[in-house]
Amino acid sequence: MRDLDNKDLRGRSLLRFAAPQVFYPLAGTLAPWFAAIAVVLTVIGLYIGFFVAPTDFQQGEVYRVIFIHVPAAWMSMFVYLLMAFWSAVGLVMNTRLSFMMARALAPTGAIFCFIALWTGALWGKPTWGTYWVWDARLTSQLLLLFLYLGYMALTEAIEDSRRADRAGAIIALVGAVNVPIIYFSVQWWNTLHQGASVSLTKAPSMATTMLLGMLVMALAAWAYTIAVAFWRVRSIILERERHTDWVGAELERQGSK
Amino acid sequence: MLSGAGSAFAAVLRRDLMLAWRGRADVLVTLAFFVVVICLFPFGVGAETNQLRAIGPGVLWVAALLSTLLSLHRLFAQDHADGTLEQLLLTPEPAALWVTAKIAAHWIVTGLPLVVAAPLLALLFDVEQDALGVLTLSLALGTPILALIGAIGAALTLGLRGGGVLLALLVLPLYVPVLIFGAGAVDAYLGGVGATAHLLLLGGGLLGALALAPFACAAALRIAVE
Repeated sequence: MRDLDNKDLRGRSLLRFAAPQVFYPLAGTLAPWFAAIAVVLTVIGLYIGFFVAPTDFQQGEVYRVIFIHVPAAWMSMFVYLLMAFWSAVGLVMNTRLSFMMARALAPTGAIFCFIALWTGALWGKPTWGTYWVWDARLTSQLLLLFLYLGYMALTEAIEDSRRADRAGAIIALVGAVNVPIIYFSVQWWNTLHQGASVSLTKAPSMATTMLLGMLVMALAAWAYTIAVAFWRVRSIILERERHTDWVGAELERQGSK
Repeated sequence: MLSGAGSAFAAVLRRDLMLAWRGRADVLVTLAFFVVVICLFPFGVGAETNQLRAIGPGVLWVAALLSTLLSLHRLFAQDHADGTLEQLLLTPEPAALWVTAKIAAHWIVTGLPLVVAAPLLALLFDVEQDALGVLTLSLALGTPILALIGAIGAALTLGLRGGGVLLALLVLPLYVPVLIFGAGAVDAYLGGVGATAHLLLLGGGLLGALALAPFACAAALRIAVE
């Protein structure tokens, strides 16, 4: 009877989702919803961005790349923090799923980082007259991309998944400590980028519709990240747990469908 | 207790220095690489004196960074191969302590020669003689940071195939602030602003790295050996 009670208690705790076997179906259920939210929000955000938001009086139509550029740049930084967070949780709590989550997030963060750089280059050509300048924000974004690549290269190079997880976690945390240092050192070194248009402490220096479009796109990026990370973490779980019975049963069920 | 920890530190330091002395040729290769890389730049960018003078400090710094990178894999590789590392990890002394000793020995062997040679090589770029002191001081403060951060990367990539290239990818982005403040110190001095701020930041960075990097490095070694 007591055993049953314990099981019941454990069953109610959110922590039970730390078990890959329990998280796998949950991620499978949630991912399509987040993907749908991402699609809807992207459509709304781009509509606001391209049709509702007014033309910028200085930069003309070209500024509209902001609706992709800024959310991607935000997301690339958030995702790195998330990765560092899950890495720290994994190292402290010794939970396998945390490491898997960190590894599932890395490619998405790298892609956002790349998108931010790419759209930034396309935006820089008409406004600054050059695709690339060694400006503080561009440079720190580029270095962030290198940090992502280093993390992915390290975790892929180590075959033993336990060592790969932990080594990756350490480099993610070392990177997280360094990101602010890199950011401020580079800023001191050289800056040309327009100041941030959105700040938590000051009134935003842009039209409300522009801000709205950007925020909607940022939410879309969040939803996309969650959906993709869940799908990727499902693949990682299957690969890691392939020797277990439940994965065998799961694969058989998927195969028979 | 303190003397016990101190003697462990000294023992590892002495052992690593002795090993390096026995294999001096390896050490000289790092210095030779430093010199050769620096001498390549005039061929690449042209021998125009004003231009060389402008890029001199930066070139010296980048070369120091690359030389450090080149020697990093030796920091733990041999001890890993012959099992010394596992024995060290089994000792009751805190791992961060002897890791610091190993890094210190590594810097004395690979970093210090670069610091000593730098003012001489700076003359090849006609860097103003007043600025040589600042350049040397910035390297003396900066290269230990490079060794400390690099040691984390070396520990993480221990025993991996293609570890050298991977190490570069991991470590080079983290080196950027050191490079900025190191090369920036000389430029600031020449520009009349004074190098104090840069040198203080480098010193602060050194203390920060000294406080944090040995622990990260020790954790990475445990993971690698496990």
